[in-house]
Amino acid sequence: MAMKKETDDRFKKFGTVSFTAITKTNDFIGHLENGKVMGTRCRDCGLEFFPPRADCFHCFSSHMEWFEVSGTGKLITYSQLEFGPVGFEDDLPYAIAILDYEDFKVFGRIAGDIPEDEITLGMEMETKVTRLPNNQLSYVFQKV
Amino acid sequence: MGKVGIIGVGQSNFVRQYPGSIRELAFEGFKDAMKHANITTGNIDASMICSAPEYDKQRSPAGIFAEYLGLNPQPTFYVESLCSSSSMGLRLAYSLVKSGLHDVVAIIGFQKMSEISSSESQERMGRGADIQWESPFGTMMPAYYAMYARAHMDAYGTTLEDLARVRVKAATYGQMNEKAVYRKPVTAEMFSDTENRMSGPVATPLRVGDCCANADGSSCIIVANEEKARAFCSKPVWILGLGAATTSVNLAGRDLFTGLTVGKQAADQAYQMAGITQKNIDVAEVHDCFTIAELMAYENLGFAKPGEGKELIRGKETYKEGTIPVNVDGGLLSKGHPIGATGGSQIRTIVLQLRDEAGEIQVRRPEIGLVHNIGGVGLYGSVTILGR
Repeated sequence: MAMKKETDDRFKKFGTVSFTAITKTNDFIGHLENGKVMGTRCRDCGLEFFPPRADCFHCFSSHMEWFEVSGTGKLITYSQLEFGPVGFEDDLPYAIAILDYEDFKVFGRIAGDIPEDEITLGMEMETKVTRLPNNQLSYVFQKV
Repeated sequence: MGKVGIIGVGQSNFVRQYPGSIRELAFEGFKDAMKHANITTGNIDASMICSAPEYDKQRSPAGIFAEYLGLNPQPTFYVESLCSSSSMGLRLAYSLVKSGLHDVVAIIGFQKMSEISSSESQERMGRGADIQWESPFGTMMPAYYAMYARAHMDAYGTTLEDLARVRVKAATYGQMNEKAVYRKPVTAEMFSDTENRMSGPVATPLRVGDCCANADGSSCIIVANEEKARAFCSKPVWILGLGAATTSVNLAGRDLFTGLTVGKQAADQAYQMAGITQKNIDVAEVHDCFTIAELMAYENLGFAKPGEGKELIRGKETYKEGTIPVNVDGGLLSKGHPIGATGGSQIRTIVLQLRDEAGEIQVRRPEIGLVHNIGGVGLYGSVTILGR
């Protein structure tokens, strides 16, 4: 008798509240478990994607490899939220932001221990894996 | 093929909590437009029902509306592009009429946002973003626009006072608009008074006063081919130009944070189709879901150079008496923003202006007007140019 195939729903572990469970980029979560934030690169045309994608819209290839988001990115803009959506109340206040790594950009949160008066646009920041109090996995932007 | 004309416009009052169901809400905007057009339901060949999803228990509201509004057995279509749904509905109705498939089409926009709580509503709106890669960080509409505001302020020296000026202008006209949800005066002092609700932080740098309010409402625009428009209507308003564009949902996929590319692209297309430039626009409605959005719209539409939107509001050039009156009906900031109904309400204002029926807010004999309607966080852009 065939064993019931286990569902790979690792993506439900991403962020304070995940709205997705199953995606072809589920290995992103495995990489977070290993302390790495990774994007995908098309093996056929070399285009890099962050957030990671399973499919290349440029050459229609689905042959992807993972690359690590390393080094620093420049803070383009951010906003600190005083109100949050349902499910995020316990995180408040928190700041969402965008880092520019030149070949790609990363959307995420600024580390909660950085006071707002220490944040300036243009500053270099790193993207680091973090485990949230509810045991979910995410990444945050930290000062270099 | 001939032109496509607007022969009737209408909207419900925009209110905090509509005391009725969505079909009854839709009826109000539809009835208003039908009376304006002075036609019967038998004259309408098809309907476009426009809203953002997930506010209603009713699945496929188009079917229910067609029945309730007396539009059976004519076909009906559901159009969804978040806050720009009814402008996109107009674009699609234009193509249906222009193709000759239908002669007269009603575009009905609606939203009953009070079906769910405010925080649930913020969660729904946050999910208008990329739910896989953005929403898990706890995103909200005000925070996204706040990121644009911060980038704009940093790049161009736009100030919090400039943002407040946009709200003060909106309130100036909102007080005159009996269909607006917010009709109280707003002053710059309210923004500098830390005790005042207007100055309360929402998502830095945006404050309560920088944000439009959720509302319940409906709107309706009725379009017809040239022959029927002339037969039914003594003052048809013609659709001269249409533009529409999209961009990456995830902000990480964008390059510009001081303006909305979809607004500029849609405007360029619409100007080209109409064969005009921004200099020909006599009155405009822009998508001021947040104060910063209006300043970016000035720039994306070419009313001001990039970074100089603040000069227009400082000089009061976008007031009714200014060089380019913008949102003299109070805008989303005063009217409220019942998502699917908003585009239709903006179109209604411009049509009334071009028919000299705008009453207290009438601009002196405008020939050409523009409607700029954005869906999501600069995700969908629609620009419509209308003329007498």
